[in-house]
Amino acid sequence: MPDDKRTAENDAEGATYRPVGALTITRAATTQREIDGLADPLTIDLSKVERMDTVGAWIIYRTERDRGAKVEGGSEIETSLVHQVAEYDVPVRVRPEQRPGFVRVLTELGEWVADAGTTFVGLLGFFGSTLVASAGLIRRPRKFRVNAIVQRFDVVGVRALGIIGLMSFLIGIVVGQQGAVQLEQFGAEVYTINLIGRITVRELGVLMTAIMVAGRSGSAFAAQIGTMKLTEEIDAMRTIGVSPIEALVIPRMIAAVLMMPLLAFWAILMSLLGGGIFVWLDLGIPPLTYIQRLQEVIPITDLWIGLIKAPVFGFIIALAGCFQGMLVEGTSEQVGERTTTAVVQSIFLVIILDAVFAIFFTSIGWK
Amino acid sequence: MTESKPIIEVRGLRNSFGDQVVHEDLDLTVNRGEILGVVGGSGTGKSVLMRSIIGLQKPDAGEVEVLGENMIDRAEDEAKNIRRRWGILFQNGALFSTLTVAENVEVPIREYFPHLVPPLLDEIASYKIAMTGLPADAGPKLPSELSGGMTKRAGLARALALDPELLFLDEPTSGLDPIAAAGFDELIRTLQERLELTVFLITHDLDSLYAICDRVAVLADRKVIAVGTIPELLALDHPWIQEYFNGPRGRAAADTSKEHVKA
Repeated sequence: MPDDKRTAENDAEGATYRPVGALTITRAATTQREIDGLADPLTIDLSKVERMDTVGAWIIYRTERDRGAKVEGGSEIETSLVHQVAEYDVPVRVRPEQRPGFVRVLTELGEWVADAGTTFVGLLGFFGSTLVASAGLIRRPRKFRVNAIVQRFDVVGVRALGIIGLMSFLIGIVVGQQGAVQLEQFGAEVYTINLIGRITVRELGVLMTAIMVAGRSGSAFAAQIGTMKLTEEIDAMRTIGVSPIEALVIPRMIAAVLMMPLLAFWAILMSLLGGGIFVWLDLGIPPLTYIQRLQEVIPITDLWIGLIKAPVFGFIIALAGCFQGMLVEGTSEQVGERTTTAVVQSIFLVIILDAVFAIFFTSIGWK
Repeated sequence: MTESKPIIEVRGLRNSFGDQVVHEDLDLTVNRGEILGVVGGSGTGKSVLMRSIIGLQKPDAGEVEVLGENMIDRAEDEAKNIRRRWGILFQNGALFSTLTVAENVEVPIREYFPHLVPPLLDEIASYKIAMTGLPADAGPKLPSELSGGMTKRAGLARALALDPELLFLDEPTSGLDPIAAAGFDELIRTLQERLELTVFLITHDLDSLYAICDRVAVLADRKVIAVGTIPELLALDHPWIQEYFNGPRGRAAADTSKEHVKA
């Protein structure tokens, strides 16, 4: 539209601004700039305006308010629009107040520490309530939810076989290949078998399985329970008289605790298989020799160490996942946050515990 | 100009999800400057109809024209010109959860008019918030800190951010207490009169229908079975319409609205 011939005059006794055509949000930036460029005392002449919306009216109003401009020539509709927006002139803050940088950092640090403290106490409390619920279940075994547990077995255990098997197989190959490269320098490639055997059985098999289960099932626990919390399913359960710990948490814990050793054993086997194929193809050690050699170098205590750790890790993963899920409150955004926290927390706890186990088993002479 | 043409025109619309046909050969016209109420039982596709009109749901067949422009299979940048001219209030507000209420209102303005200076932008957001009846301290709050009624008002403030000609409201009064709902009705009516809006209002609220709608469209049997003022609809002999308006709740709402007129 050729409405660009708006006039702005600066003369002896001030300026006159005469917008032409549309005075709407489309031209708001230009209009404001033009008004800012004019001297006081300012007169705004609305006689040539054809269309005005609330943004246009607001610009007129604020010029009137801040600079004492005189407004004239507006039709009835335009004048009433300006009066209407004037009614809504309430100071509204757009963003929450920001504290100065240093104070903010200190506040955040404090909040973080307090938060970590409450989380830890909360985790202990949650642990306690699962123990109480388990005790109740042992006294009344008929309330045991067999179906729920079997279903979790399937989700946590059976469906993880593929990915955990593949991952472990590849790790076996990588350990073998990297070990062989280093040991070759001393002409000791044959010790690659010791390396593969001991490291996978004692450490890597369980640890990698735990990380995979934390990522796969721990996160799912947190997300499922968190969503149920949001949709008030958990409140509904409580009001009906079903304990959410019994119905949701215990089956997941039992599944994780029982499935972890089986998955870890599976992971160990697949790593040994991967390593075996590598030493056969690359170092020319035949499978039979490989198996014999494994039997000689791996003490049975290594396998015990791996399999004792597994259920503990499973328990930690389920505990962290369910706990974080139960903490969800308010918005769906929280489900995402809590799920992330669940995975980070469980992997962190698993690795710390792994270190504790390593020192413990070495000191009792299981070397 | 398109002043005399209908603002929304839907012809022969068909929507289906798998085997389930939601709309079949549906026609609907919305005239400029009216408040059209859309009613229908649960699952008759009121929200789906709105989503097809605003282009969130691609219909299987049919034509949709909004503000004189065909809406189906439009290029994204062409559709922008139309999107600038409407505002939409979703059922649950659909506020951006990481932004404050005032920032939410500023989003459409920033998107289309990036050259506005921040103080003016903040003032525009402020009066829009005040206009929808939110208290001044709601501005810096996050959506998660708002009550249901405040969320709806904040959503309305965002829908009104660009001074739209056309406003879509999806069950604006559901989940509100009767006092808040009546306040919301009044707010919509006032805004509609002052800003000369056309309103497409999906509702279950009989009081809203009586209080603010110029015409009501009834969705049933996969199409719009009737459009008209409430007296016109009452004259029709369709079982659902009769039950809806002449059921106990319908009568109560009608009585209240009559008392209002007398008072």
